[in-house]
Amino acid sequence: MAEIPKEEYLEKCTTACAGCTSSLTLRYVLKAAGPDTVLVVPACCTSILQGIYPNTSFSVPVYNIAFAAAAACASGMSEAFASMGKKTNVIVYAGDGGTIDIGIQALSGALERGTDFLYICYDNEAYGNTGMQRSGATPMGARTTTTPGGKTDAKKDLDRIVAAHNIPYQATATPAYPKDLYEKVKTALATPGPSFIHILAPCPPGWRIASDMSVTVGKLAVKTGSWVLWERKYGELRISSPSKSAMKKRAPLREYLSVQGRFKGISDSAVNELEQAIEKNIAQLAKEEAGEC
Amino acid sequence: MLTVATGNKAVAAAVKAAKPAVVAAYPITPQTEIVEQIAEYVTAGEMDARYIPVESEHSAMTACIGASITGVRSFTATSSHGLLYMHEMLHWAAGARLPIVMANVNRALGPGWNVWAEHTDAFSQRDTGWIQLFVSTVQEAYDTTLMAFRIAENTGILLPVMVNLDGFVLSHIMQSLETVEIGDYIPPMVLPHRIDTGNPAGYGTLTGPGDHFKFRWEIEKAMRNSPAVIADAEEEFAMRFGRKYGPVDEYLCDDADVLIVSMGTLGKEAEVAVDNLRKEGIKAGSLRIRWFRPFPELDISDRDLVVLDRGYSFGFGGVLTDSIKSRYRDSSLFSVVAGLGGQEVTYDDIAEFVRNRRMGEEYWFGVDA
Amino acid sequence: MFEIRIHSRGGQGGVTAARLLAMAAFLDKKHATAAPFYGAERRGAPVTSFVRIDSEPIKIYSQIRSPNLIVVLDASIMDTVDVLQGIQKAGTVLINSPHPVDLPGVKVLTIDLTGIALAVDLVVSGSPILNTPVLGALARMGVISRESAEAAIRDMFSDERNVKAAEAAYKELVL
Repeated sequence: MAEIPKEEYLEKCTTACAGCTSSLTLRYVLKAAGPDTVLVVPACCTSILQGIYPNTSFSVPVYNIAFAAAAACASGMSEAFASMGKKTNVIVYAGDGGTIDIGIQALSGALERGTDFLYICYDNEAYGNTGMQRSGATPMGARTTTTPGGKTDAKKDLDRIVAAHNIPYQATATPAYPKDLYEKVKTALATPGPSFIHILAPCPPGWRIASDMSVTVGKLAVKTGSWVLWERKYGELRISSPSKSAMKKRAPLREYLSVQGRFKGISDSAVNELEQAIEKNIAQLAKEEAGEC
Repeated sequence: MLTVATGNKAVAAAVKAAKPAVVAAYPITPQTEIVEQIAEYVTAGEMDARYIPVESEHSAMTACIGASITGVRSFTATSSHGLLYMHEMLHWAAGARLPIVMANVNRALGPGWNVWAEHTDAFSQRDTGWIQLFVSTVQEAYDTTLMAFRIAENTGILLPVMVNLDGFVLSHIMQSLETVEIGDYIPPMVLPHRIDTGNPAGYGTLTGPGDHFKFRWEIEKAMRNSPAVIADAEEEFAMRFGRKYGPVDEYLCDDADVLIVSMGTLGKEAEVAVDNLRKEGIKAGSLRIRWFRPFPELDISDRDLVVLDRGYSFGFGGVLTDSIKSRYRDSSLFSVVAGLGGQEVTYDDIAEFVRNRRMGEEYWFGVDA
Repeated sequence: MFEIRIHSRGGQGGVTAARLLAMAAFLDKKHATAAPFYGAERRGAPVTSFVRIDSEPIKIYSQIRSPNLIVVLDASIMDTVDVLQGIQKAGTVLINSPHPVDLPGVKVLTIDLTGIALAVDLVVSGSPILNTPVLGALARMGVISRESAEAAIRDMFSDERNVKAAEAAYKELVL
C-alpha cells in the first residue's frame, strides 16, 4: 500500500467545525487526487468551510454550484476537458442532502450517461449546513431539528440506488480508516467512467458528540456493522478488511448509539429495526461477495 | 448557400457554424427539432461537439455552465416549462459571467397544456441577467444565433444570450435561408476567469454583504456596455454578409402617426397591417423590438403607440408595455394583449387594433368588446 | 398570392408535402412559406398544413383563411373535418381517391395517390407514402413546375421510387 503523500491541498485556515470529518475526508481525497483536479461543490457544509471571498482554504480550483446541480455541472466540465484533451480529475464533493434528496436526479443522469468523473457523497446524515434538519439519509431514531422525537423512517439506501446504474467503480469509506479511503479514491480516479464513493462523515455538533470523538465514532460505526466498508469494481464486490474483521465479532450496536446525543431516548423498537437493517445489509453484501447473488 | 429551412433548423445550422465544444440537450416541444438536428450533425461527423443528452433542462443549463467555465463554447435550446425549470441556473450563468448561448422557442405555460407561441416564458426570465433577443424570420433566427456567440463572448460583456423565436409560428415554418461561411466572424472564445488547475481559485465562494453587490453591479455594467457591442456585432454582420439588423426593425416609421410596437413574428404580420392601413390613409408604421434586454432607445415621441403584448404581468399589465411605459412616461399608448397560447392574430386584427385604438387603455383581444 | 391548405392525418406526410411544395416553389424562383398547424405529434390525428406561394416576400404568419387550393390526402377526414371551409369561389379541391368525388359548388379533381404509391411499393411502416406523389399532381396542375417538383423530392429523399410515383401522378391526373 502506497504511503499517503505529505502534500496538503486543504489549508489549515478552513472554517469547518472542530472535529469535522468532512474536511478530514477532503484532505485525504485531495492527497489522492493531486493538483490537476477540480472540485464541484453544491450547497453543503463544504460551501462554507472554504472560507469567505476573496479567500479560499483550498489549493485546487473549486466550482460552487446550486444545490441540485453538482453532477450535471461535472458532466459539462468533464466533457469540456475531454474536448480539450485534458485529463483533469473532476470530483463532485457533495453532502447527503445534495446527493440523496435534491441532487439525485442529476446524479442518476450523470451516472447513466457514463460521465467520466468521481462523485463523493460525504454523509453526515442530515442537512448540516442549515443546522441539522432531517434528510433522506438520516437513520431511524435519530433526532434532528425537524425530527425532534426521532426519525420514524429508515435511511434511504443510496448505495443500492447507485448500484442499479451498474457503474464501473463504487465504494464506501470513512475517514476513520484513512488508508482505506485514500486507496479507494486512487482506484476510483484510475477507473474510466463514473465512480461513486459514499463516505460516512460523523458530525460532532449534529450527532451531539465531543469534537475529539468523531474518528472514534466512525470506527464504532464500522465495528458495529452500522457502516460497512466495501468496494465494487466492474460488478465484483469485495468487503474491505476493517469491515471483514468487524464482521467476525460485531460490537453491540448500543456502543455506537449511546455515545451520540442524537439517539438519546431512542425506543427499543427503533434500535431493533436498526439492528435488523444492519443484519440484512451484511447478509446481502456477504452473499454478493460470495457470488451467491 | 441558399436553401429552405424551418426556424429550428436555421438555429441548428447557425450553431453548427459556430462550432461549440459542448451542446447539452433535452427535448421539449416545439424546440426539439433543434437538438435533434444537432444530434444528427454530431452523429454524421459534421459537427465536432460533445453532445450531452441530459436528464432535465435544469441539468442542460448546468452542464453548459460546467463546460463554459473551463473556457469552451457551449449551447443549449429550450422552451416554456424547460426554460422555467432552468430558472435558478439562468441566474447562475449570468452571475458566473459565462457566455452561454441558448435558443428559446417561445411557448405558453400550463395549465392547461399549450404548446403554442407566447412570450411569458422569456418574460419570466427578464431579470436573470441574460441578454434577450427576439427574431421574426427563419433568416433572422440563423443570423441572430451567429451574432449571439460573438456578443456573449465579447470580454467586455461575458453574459449569456437567449435567442427567442416564436413556437410553431416560426420554429416550424419553412422559409428561405441563406447560410454563410462565417470565417472569423466569431473569434475564438477567451474566458479570462476560466478554470486553470495551474492557477487554482475559488468560484462562487461564500460572498458577504460587503462584496455581493459589487458583482451584481458588474453584471449591470456589462449590460450597459452591451448595446455598443451588439450594434458592433450587427454592423460587422452587415458588412460581411449583407444583412442589416438593429435594436429595432422599423417599417415605414419615419412619417408615421401611429406605431405598432411588437416582438417576434407579430412584427412581420404588423407590416402587412401597415400596408393596408396606409391604403386607407392611416399613417401607420411598425416598430419591432429585437433587443428586449438590454432594452433599446426608442424613437417614439409624438406618436400614438399600439403595443402588442404576447405576455402579461398579472396584477400590473403587459410586459412589453411596462418596459416602454417605465422608460417613456409621457408616451401615448394603447396596450393590446394578443396572441397568448398561440391565439391567432391576423394582419386584419392588428389593423383593427390601430383603427379602434383607445389611448391610455388596455385591451384583451378576444375578451374585451 | 396563391394559398394552399393540405389536410392529412399524422404520419401520412401532409407536413412534408407542404415543405416539398415550398421547396419546389423556391426552385421556381418564387417566394414561399410552408407551415404546419399541429401540436403534440400523434399518428392518425387530423393535421392541417399551409403553403403560400408569391412573387413577393411573404410576411404573413397567420393561418390561411381563404385558400385557392385545398389538398385532401385522406378522404376519410372529410367525415369529421369541413375541408372546404373558406375556399375561394374559383378554388379547387384535389382529393386522394380512386373514385370521382362530387362536392357541390367547387371544382374537384381526384387522383388515386394511394394506388400509385402501392404500385411502386412506396410504403413505410405499413403506410403508403403520399407526400411525394402528390407533388406530381400539383405540378400537373401548374402550381409548381415538373422539374422543380422532382428536384425538391430528390433534395429530401434518395429513394428514386418517390420520383417515379410523382411522375406517375403527373401523368395520371386528369384536369
